[in-house]
Amino acid sequence: MLKVIKLKRGLDIKLKGEPEKIFGAAEKPVKYALKPTDFIGITPKLVVQEGDRVKVGSPLFFDKNKPEIKFVSPVSGTVSAVNRGEKRKLLSIVVTSDASDDYIKHDVGDFEKMSREQIINIILESGTFPFFIQRPYGIIANPADTPKAIFVSCFDSSPLAVDYDFAMQYDAEYLKKGISVLTKLTNGNVNLGISKKMLNSTIFNTEFLDAKNVVITAFSGKHPSGNVGVQISRVNPVNKGDTVWTVKLQHVVMLGKLFEKGIYDASKVVVLAGSRIERPCYFRVLAGAPVSIFANQIKRESEKENRIISGSVLSGVQISEDDYLGFYDDQICIIPEGNYNELFGWANPLRINKFSMSRSYFSWIMPDKKYDLDTNYNGSERAFIMNGQYEKVLPMDIYPVYLLKAIIAGDIDKMEQLGIYEVIEEDLALCEFVCTSKINVQEILRSGINIMIKEMNG
Amino acid sequence: MILKKIFEKLKPTFSKGGKLGMFSSTFEAFESFVFVPDTVAKRKGSHVHDCIDSKRTMSVVIIALMPAMLFGMWNAGYQHFLSTGEAVSFIDTFFYGFLKVLPLIVVSYVVGLAIEFASAQIRGHEVNEGYLVTGMLIPLIMPVDVPLWILTLAVIFAVVIGKEIFGGTGMNIWNPALLARAFVFFAYPSKISGDKIWIAGLENAQSVADGFSGATPLSYAAANEIDKLPDTVNMFLGIMPGSIGETSTVAILLGAAVLIFTGIASWKIMVSTAVGALFVGFLANTFGGTPYLEMPAWQHLLMGGFAFGAVFMATDPVTSSQTEAGKWIYGFLIGVVAIVIRLFNPGFPEGMMMAILLMNTFAPLIDHCVVQSNVKKRLKRKSVI
Repeated sequence: MLKVIKLKRGLDIKLKGEPEKIFGAAEKPVKYALKPTDFIGITPKLVVQEGDRVKVGSPLFFDKNKPEIKFVSPVSGTVSAVNRGEKRKLLSIVVTSDASDDYIKHDVGDFEKMSREQIINIILESGTFPFFIQRPYGIIANPADTPKAIFVSCFDSSPLAVDYDFAMQYDAEYLKKGISVLTKLTNGNVNLGISKKMLNSTIFNTEFLDAKNVVITAFSGKHPSGNVGVQISRVNPVNKGDTVWTVKLQHVVMLGKLFEKGIYDASKVVVLAGSRIERPCYFRVLAGAPVSIFANQIKRESEKENRIISGSVLSGVQISEDDYLGFYDDQICIIPEGNYNELFGWANPLRINKFSMSRSYFSWIMPDKKYDLDTNYNGSERAFIMNGQYEKVLPMDIYPVYLLKAIIAGDIDKMEQLGIYEVIEEDLALCEFVCTSKINVQEILRSGINIMIKEMNG
Repeated sequence: MILKKIFEKLKPTFSKGGKLGMFSSTFEAFESFVFVPDTVAKRKGSHVHDCIDSKRTMSVVIIALMPAMLFGMWNAGYQHFLSTGEAVSFIDTFFYGFLKVLPLIVVSYVVGLAIEFASAQIRGHEVNEGYLVTGMLIPLIMPVDVPLWILTLAVIFAVVIGKEIFGGTGMNIWNPALLARAFVFFAYPSKISGDKIWIAGLENAQSVADGFSGATPLSYAAANEIDKLPDTVNMFLGIMPGSIGETSTVAILLGAAVLIFTGIASWKIMVSTAVGALFVGFLANTFGGTPYLEMPAWQHLLMGGFAFGAVFMATDPVTSSQTEAGKWIYGFLIGVVAIVIRLFNPGFPEGMMMAILLMNTFAPLIDHCVVQSNVKKRLKRKSVI
């Protein structure tokens, strides 16, 4: 019997510029990039130089601390730039595609007959191991660990997100294969979280996905019900000493392709969305594609600046127009910058174009209105004064304010006791959104996680 | 956009390193009062933000306080003219009270904000908006005839000892407004107890209307003269002597409706405080003994500062319990302690102030227990494989 978990807490922020369910045609990019900055906690060590020829799947760099984890090129061509920042920090490796699709072929055979070790080796060699993110900490998993379970969220509840039911329609078989591969990597279950709305889906229905050691759980409720962290906390929470692995849905498909075709096929579906897009819709691109291919889709006005975000508006990263799609992201959102002063904004009784969860404004009158939100803080940073606010948008058994205060105080024992192993930035993103005091919740949380990593490894 | 230009012109002077850099917090306070800052989200994190901020939150609380304040002004006038036996129009009544209350509000804000601005500047912090509410609460819980110099001392005590020494807004343990009242209560007891102080001009009155005493319902009750209580309708409406803002349960309930609807104050605390009071009230009714003990429990909710305390004081988000389970316990105990003090303590007719300050002290302990049970649950959780 399928278990349906109802999450009462959360918040759906309705934004203008939701993607239409069609695939758009973008120009075929010439340059692709892999950005070491997308991978938290690794020390990249380059293996190529400018001018080197690479194939699809050729390593570009590896992690100095775990050399077996390789990061590979999504296309074949020539390494055309190695961009570095301050202190020679590696920012991106740009590969100019030769459009020849010259793949490195891996001998995958029949994975059903392989040992876990053999499968892990193929994954490591093919450069797909960075797909596996471990909880605690939200960093790339350790290939030497055997996770107690693997979690895949099959829906994204964040604003302007990909609807996988639509996006994955041609990839169902690979998805199934990818899931079977995952079952070989854990002694526990592979847990798939679907939304209640997907119960009638052709791809995500239980008959299709049902397999040995696969557990499907349906979630109903607002964002962040689609966050894998929230799903883990309801199904099989991370305790001290536990490790679970999470994989993004599109990466499961890529794993399926790897074990079907023996190649690293980096193609994925992304949405281009937000109020500053002419016609928001879906695109099929390769990982590491440049934003410039969407240049003609962006609305431009001289007095209005745009913010380009790789990832969701709640926890993505701002990128420039000549930058590239993030490794784990399947959203590019473009919204207006909010660098203006609003005269007596806080005293305006209506503020009709701004959204608030609180009923001190009137957003509650129009629950279906879509907003054109910008990046303004709508206030200035203040001391923690409100209480009970974060809890309303966090469907986890955690006291977020206490956790944050423990982090600020640098109290490692408290952080551990209060559940820092269970959360990463995206889980607390809504807390940051609703915060009256404009506290940078996600930044504080990451600093706490970094303290924990240091403590545990040192 | 002349305003904008003025601010931009002045900014360098008031920024750190500028000629008047020592007033940078003050400048920020005024600038952000007029203009919502143009700060944008960082490169990483949430790129959009809810449009609520601390100023909006405080404004809503001030709006919620308006009915109680306006009624308090009218009642101050009404009680005064009742004591002199004069019959005057509604406008005159209100205006008399208005002139009595306004100086208190002005003094409270001027003194309190001056300290807030100065201490923010010394620390190099922004000026927090919390005092906008505290500054309104303090006059509303004072007797109308409180001398301005005592009010000034009370405000200084509340802001400096109650808040700033703990690290400012958000760090204080006790509700600052109640500390101001506690200060007056203990430092100048003659100014805040007895029968004469609740009515404007009564203490030095030349003549008092026949049969007028000025005693509050609580002092009648404490003297076991239950038959002298005003009728229920008058108590509910608030037509009785008492601190400026505390008398009208109706006006306070209007404020409560605003606070609960906007979600700014916790309904759990309000409800559980009332439940706690009724609980002790019913126990007293059951065992009885004196007329006061036998007074219907619900009448406690209409008397004294109970409603005002439960709605505006106990719910202060900084000093109340921070956990949802804790809020139930915290509120319930406030109600219990307040009525126990009323019924069994011969010294103080009103227990609400003590009850809230006491539970402010214990709120962190209540929260600690609630959070600790969450921690224990986490530790006990078995790994499912």
